[in-house]
Amino acid sequence: MIEYRLDPTSGVPTYLQIVRQVEHALRLGLLQPGDQLPKVKDVVAALAINPNTVLKAYRDLERKGIATGRPGQGTFVQETLNVVPLEGVRLLRRGLDRWLAQAAAAGLDDDAVRALVDAALYDAARRRGVTAS
Amino acid sequence: MNVIEARRLSKRYRRGVWALREATLAIPEGRVVALVGPNGAGKSTLLTMVVGLAVPTSGELAVLGGLVPGSVEALGRVAFVAQDPSLYPNLSVADTLRLAGNLSSRWDEADARARLAALDIPLRRKVGQLSGGQQAQVALAVALARRPGLLILDEPLASLDPLARHEFMATVMAAVAEEGLSVVFSSHVLAELERACDYLVVLARGAVQVAGDVDELLSEHSVLTGPAEQADAVTAGLCVVREQRTDRQSTVLVRDYDPVRVPAGWRAERTNLEELVLAYLRTPSVSALPGPASGNRTMAAPLRAVDA
Repeated sequence: MIEYRLDPTSGVPTYLQIVRQVEHALRLGLLQPGDQLPKVKDVVAALAINPNTVLKAYRDLERKGIATGRPGQGTFVQETLNVVPLEGVRLLRRGLDRWLAQAAAAGLDDDAVRALVDAALYDAARRRGVTAS
Repeated sequence: MNVIEARRLSKRYRRGVWALREATLAIPEGRVVALVGPNGAGKSTLLTMVVGLAVPTSGELAVLGGLVPGSVEALGRVAFVAQDPSLYPNLSVADTLRLAGNLSSRWDEADARARLAALDIPLRRKVGQLSGGQQAQVALAVALARRPGLLILDEPLASLDPLARHEFMATVMAAVAEEGLSVVFSSHVLAELERACDYLVVLARGAVQVAGDVDELLSEHSVLTGPAEQADAVTAGLCVVREQRTDRQSTVLVRDYDPVRVPAGWRAERTNLEELVLAYLRTPSVSALPGPASGNRTMAAPLRAVDA
């Protein structure tokens, strides 16, 4: 069983923080198919958040095919996330390291790099027609 | 069913001051409502009328699908916790429960005892010897043991420390999850309600300025940021709630904006509840209210408030 924690300063909607923590736990193998997600009542009592927020997160996970609700029992993990093959991650990482070296050579500090990455992600999302969240 | 329905509700006190003026509001069932607004906006006046402790000067008010506030039926199903819980300091917790049970038409003593046991609040202790947080929990346990359909909390967190606030909120949220009751919180501190509430009502100067589902309100509004010299052109024809401008940059909160239309050099971001509420409170001429039954939303003329 996992526990959720919330970052009040992140600006990320609460339900999305829960969704991402479940996805993250799946990628790390902390959650596996068949595992039960924390019960809505327990999450609500621990975090003092609106029950609908937890329900919204679980509905989102169900819609993505990651979790499934069993009436009267709770919500259970259905699938592991498609993990990018390790070799692919290594290649991407090498390219990113090269790019970071170029950025440093061009005089960008860490904050400038983050701002640039955020802007690029934002523009890419807009090109796909998705509202950035 | 609407748990609170007010039509042109007004309240004038003896001194001739209008605490509430023609407030119209319909809050659907099963929501956790944040009732916010500056001091003197009419929050407590509205809530005391909802629980039947005050009578409207004019207008209509109904609770829980048409009940008259203060009627026997309404009193049995609306529970109220005031900022300073009205408990008797010399009674023990157990006697407080006994007293409340005798005064209530519905009473779940086992529920109240289980809640207090879970919080390690001793039943034999006198209420006056409990901490502020524990007293608030006793008042809340009494309110919940009455099995209300509507729970009204008037500034419940004002005198509590952070841990007690969290525990109080957690108790309320767990009750919402288990029993599906409707809750109205009033507060002038929005941050503490942001995660708990899914419906927002902003009162300002005795009138309802904003009302609606929190997620809907947030998705309807965007913050546009860009060069100040283009601001007039970019915001022309938009529903501007509030604009803040420095000599270079303009930050504009707009309603009903299509994020695909963001012009080059500008950025559209989602807003948060606190920013949204503050923007409306600082611009009293603009409101965001649910429209007539057609579902159309109306908005006052998009007046500009420019901060130089």
